Amino acid sequence: MSARIVHIASNTFREAVRDRVLYNLIAFALLLSGAAIFIGQISIEIERLVVVNLGLTAVSLFGVVIAIFIGIGLVSKEIEKRTLYTVLSRPVRRWEFIVGKFFGLAGTLVVNTFFMAIGVFAALLYVAHKFSSSDAFILVALYFIVLEFLILCSLALLFSSFSSPLLSAVFTFALFIIGSFADDLRGFAAMTHGIARWFATAAAYLVPNFSALNVISAVAHQQSVGGQVVLQNSLYALFYSAMVLSGAVLIFERRNLK
Amino acid sequence: MPAIEILGLEKIYKVGFWRKQTRRALHPLHLTVENGEIFGFLGPNGAGKTTTLKMLMGLVFPTAGTARILDRDWTEPEVKAQIGFLPEQPYFYDYLTAHELLDYYGQLSGVPTKDRKRRIDEVLARVGLTDVRGVQLRKFSKGMLQRAGIAQAILHDPKLVFFDEPMSGLDPLGRREVRDLMEQLKHEGKTVFFSTHILSDAEALCDRVAIIHKGELRGVGAVADLTSSVQGKVEVVWQGTQVPASMKALGAECHITGDTVRAVIADTQQDAAIDALRRERLRLIAITPLRTSLEAYFVEKLQHSQTTAGTTV
Repeated sequence: MSARIVHIASNTFREAVRDRVLYNLIAFALLLSGAAIFIGQISIEIERLVVVNLGLTAVSLFGVVIAIFIGIGLVSKEIEKRTLYTVLSRPVRRWEFIVGKFFGLAGTLVVNTFFMAIGVFAALLYVAHKFSSSDAFILVALYFIVLEFLILCSLALLFSSFSSPLLSAVFTFALFIIGSFADDLRGFAAMTHGIARWFATAAAYLVPNFSALNVISAVAHQQSVGGQVVLQNSLYALFYSAMVLSGAVLIFERRNLK
Repeated sequence: MPAIEILGLEKIYKVGFWRKQTRRALHPLHLTVENGEIFGFLGPNGAGKTTTLKMLMGLVFPTAGTARILDRDWTEPEVKAQIGFLPEQPYFYDYLTAHELLDYYGQLSGVPTKDRKRRIDEVLARVGLTDVRGVQLRKFSKGMLQRAGIAQAILHDPKLVFFDEPMSGLDPLGRREVRDLMEQLKHEGKTVFFSTHILSDAEALCDRVAIIHKGELRGVGAVADLTSSVQGKVEVVWQGTQVPASMKALGAECHITGDTVRAVIADTQQDAAIDALRRERLRLIAITPLRTSLEAYFVEKLQHSQTTAGTTV
């Protein structure tokens, strides 16, 4: 990886930290510790199920909010504030800037997820008093959540490369919602006929399949996640992010910075 | 080898909802800037100065034309390691300190780690920001941001520096310091290309200037040439409180201030004026060719273009 990408990524990470993005961890810790104490008092035999469900869903939602709200400003804010001028007037290629920004945000989300994961396991230990071997699948669920963030980061960057922060937020959030029901969309496409089927199928496969990356419920019920699913989801997320990122680069390479 | 060769750079924007209308921001521009000179790019607001600079920096793509910078194609990223750029009214990552900002830009410009700290210290001292090196830029005044902007433009010791309105936001002392810095850069053998609409700065600093108006080049040349082409007139100054008849006969326009008389005459009348003053036993103080100020030249070029445009319509 080019050193310039590393420098841009580091600076993006530093910006997120200095803008107190990681303060969300405090809210997360308060939410989870409060929930763990509450659940410990009222639940019978389902403490683990509730804590894992609640914890992982919170990890996902907190990350999604950060991915969207930082991602949508990554390019447009730099253009609006003209900070980009002094970066691109150096020997920095435009694609390096986009890729650096992507890795910077992805890095922020990975660090954020890491700390939230510690919180989830701490809450789990508090209510269940011990770990079981099936708890290892919580790590798989967390890994899938990170994959989800990668796709969202690339989408937010794509929209940020040609539209305003507000529209980028709307587009990215809409795709997140639609993608969360991608399986249903595929089922719907299978039920249609003729040209509608073509369009519905194309749409179903074009939107990101976040439902495939959501194994929170299965993991909470102590079901295992197969190695093949892990491989498929990894390849899917990496391919999808790379494609979207390539789109962002193609648009940004041609953009006049007025 | 010229430092900059602009070969017909042109910019036409498509505007409107359907992008069917066009707006020409820059007519085909041909311009050469020699190595080691301070070159002023002058024009009123909206003339096309910033568009030209942005095209040279690769921030805006030209509709047509090309350019060479330091004898290489201007689109090569490696060229940018040799140039510095200060944008108009610069704004930087305000969560960084001045030192961190320069460190980041040094990394992006490929300044080796071992040299970076020394270079940062040097440029911070040069622009007078050493004392606030650890302060976040969000606490900087406009003038301090301008200084930080200049620091980042010269951090990597570029051969060619582009300044877009470098005096903007600076107080008189700050402007003087920037002028001194630009002269120092010239003495170090660097080429300085700067845009401004403050003509006194350009007149004081530039070897050559170009005047641009409504996206079109109106004139280019050495400041000395542009300001000396006053229709062949000289100013004669002598000690006295009255104008002799022989001077009046030469058609002199005279102004008496205290015990000094200034007269403007045609340069062909210069010898006759000297003879007249000798005959009257008046003490000659000076004879100097009358120079047009750059401002007068600038206004003339702009008025000429407006007249031409009016005639065309």
